[in-house]
Amino acid sequence: MSGGVDSSVAAALLHEGGVEAVGVWMRLHDVADTYSEFKKSCCSLDAAEDARRVAGQLGIPFYVLNLEREFGAGVLAPFLAAYQAGETPSPCVDCNSTVKFGALIGRARKLYECDAVATGHYARVDEVDDPDAPGGRRFRLLRGADPDKDQTYFLYGLRQDQLARTRFPLGELTKPQVREVARRRGLVTAEKPESQEICFVPGGDYRDALRQRAGWQETPGPLLDRDGALVGAHRGAAAYTVGQRQGLGVALGEPRYVARIDAAANLVQLGRREDLERRTFEVRDVSFTAGRPPAPGAFDCEVRIRHRAEPVPARVERLTADEPGRRGTWRVEVERPVWAAAPGQAAVFYRGDEVLGGGRIASSPRA
Amino acid sequence: MTIYLDHAATTPLRPEALEAMLPLLTEDFGNPSSPHAYGRRARMALDEAHEVVAACLSAQPREIVFTSGGTEASNLAIKGAAWAGRAEGHRIVTSAVEHDATLHAVGHLAKFGFEVVELPVDRYGRVDPDELAAAIDERTILVSIQMANNEVGTVQPLAELIAGVRRVAGRRVLFHVDAVQAAPYLAIDTQALDADLISLGAHKFEGPKGSGVLWIRHGTALMAQTHGGGQERYRRAGTENVAGAVGLATALRLTCEERADTVKRLRRLRDRLRDAVSAVPGVEPTGHPRQRLPGHLSVIVRDADGPGIVVALDLEGIAASAGAACTTGSPEASHVLAAMGYPDEEARGALRFSLGRTTTEDEITRAVEVIPPILARLRVGSVALAADPLGQEVGV
Repeated sequence: MSGGVDSSVAAALLHEGGVEAVGVWMRLHDVADTYSEFKKSCCSLDAAEDARRVAGQLGIPFYVLNLEREFGAGVLAPFLAAYQAGETPSPCVDCNSTVKFGALIGRARKLYECDAVATGHYARVDEVDDPDAPGGRRFRLLRGADPDKDQTYFLYGLRQDQLARTRFPLGELTKPQVREVARRRGLVTAEKPESQEICFVPGGDYRDALRQRAGWQETPGPLLDRDGALVGAHRGAAAYTVGQRQGLGVALGEPRYVARIDAAANLVQLGRREDLERRTFEVRDVSFTAGRPPAPGAFDCEVRIRHRAEPVPARVERLTADEPGRRGTWRVEVERPVWAAAPGQAAVFYRGDEVLGGGRIASSPRA
Repeated sequence: MTIYLDHAATTPLRPEALEAMLPLLTEDFGNPSSPHAYGRRARMALDEAHEVVAACLSAQPREIVFTSGGTEASNLAIKGAAWAGRAEGHRIVTSAVEHDATLHAVGHLAKFGFEVVELPVDRYGRVDPDELAAAIDERTILVSIQMANNEVGTVQPLAELIAGVRRVAGRRVLFHVDAVQAAPYLAIDTQALDADLISLGAHKFEGPKGSGVLWIRHGTALMAQTHGGGQERYRRAGTENVAGAVGLATALRLTCEERADTVKRLRRLRDRLRDAVSAVPGVEPTGHPRQRLPGHLSVIVRDADGPGIVVALDLEGIAASAGAACTTGSPEASHVLAAMGYPDEEARGALRFSLGRTTTEDEITRAVEVIPPILARLRVGSVALAADPLGQEVGV
């Protein structure tokens, strides 16, 4: 329970459905201590108070669990490393895979004899016959019924054993319906606004997190235009994201976007809008919700490279095999160009409503 | 059936105390400072409360100041004594295992130029009388040491500690005793104990929350910390919480009358629980094995996480504590166990069971059945979690 309306309603629906529900607020980082005045952030202590209040209204037990270490290892460290490598991290993906449906499922089962972890995600899980699956059955991760709220982009990394222990009570609901449920029950979070920012970056500028948590300092370097011409200085490669337009400090007649970041050389290269369009890209660390790809060598699907983007039909082809500790890389060829495929960001494979899997966009050696 | 084993956190209000309080919350609602009949009835109840508490402490009624609780009593004692003694010196000696009400009060004073000395403790949490005596110099104006520790239950050798201070100090160094945790179980005799200030909190001995006492030895200079009216002989302004004072007095009187029986019974029940709990592999008691509060059992569960165990116990209907109350999930390890020499990795497995006068034989019979398997399970689970903290092993 984050203290937002979605997890509040998820808890309410579970409880009313006869499930023996236990409310948990995860303390994931020290932002709760240092930035309690940032009421927008979903992870402040105020949020814990709201979650506690809702649990009290529902009459379910409620606990604050400290998962700072796990969050640090599973989310913060990769987040900081990605930016320092010139990539764009996907912390919410990591949080789902390693904390909410990793560490928390582990605690729920190994310490508290709970069967599953439920969240307020807009997503669905079902179980279908699959003659190729162990036991003849497998779990599918499906998009939430509310197309505006579907959160499966952040959930693609879940494995079968995780999906088996996951409940999404909001999967069939739309956001307005969820608010209505909360209002009817008089939950204190019913009218609470959405939180959009990254929970451990309360001010909204991830560079603050880089400075505070990784000792990052601005390190100016060359800012190149698309043709390689030096057009200015940047503040340090880690401070930029592919597709970024604001804050570049150059005026070149027509709009420029960050097209390429080379962290090793501390170099940032710009491009015109059309320069950032891609028909093919590589995706590394690919996992499949079914535990195996739909076909061993290549398959057709739809691909999303950002949350809520329109999925684009694509052909996905294996480039490298899975190895112990490192999953394979696949090549994606999209039917229509995608824009600003930022290395490090998640690329998620869909087939209709089903999430097949996904991985992280690789920095292309040929760019 | 749920079992409440967290009496060190708070206790239920005794029915006798509630009954004594009710008239003051209803028909006898007057302000004790008012000269009319309503006020006189309230004044009478408040006077009697002073007398009852004084009798329990072998003290005089005018030495009793009612406060909003143990924390306020300790704050008044420490800040009041420090500021009153400022002309004589600025050194305050305390121990590393005090309650936050003491440590944060002296920490506050340190910001105003007072010198604070936190004495170390031994493996059991005890202050050494010689070390305390050695810490006293001519600038020292106040010593604050608890009678018994809330987290690990250890009872301090107070008589020796005070005697040591009296022996070395050239003048009267005020000695404050935080007896909040000890009051339900240890006799407090201000004639025998050569202290100057003693704090009590009603809700630790089945009185109401929001009610405490500071005993101030007659003649002790203390600067009030709350200003307003002249209540409590100008030592604590504000209309008195008459019902709270009466509830405290009633509960304390009964506690003192029953103390010997309660202590004997709780020690036996606690030992039963201790034997069952410490039979679990990896569980070891903390604090002093004998010089400890009778209903208090504190342990460390190796490899496990105290707050996590408290959750698991709660889900099984057992109310226990990981040490001091913690609401925000803050990861900080106990300052008490740290001072006793426990590394963080061990201290995080701290767990406290505290019995109270209302704890029954049946409850302990059930507790010794229910608790050990939970602790054993949590330990196994915690070891498994430590091997795969992010749940990345497929299928587990």
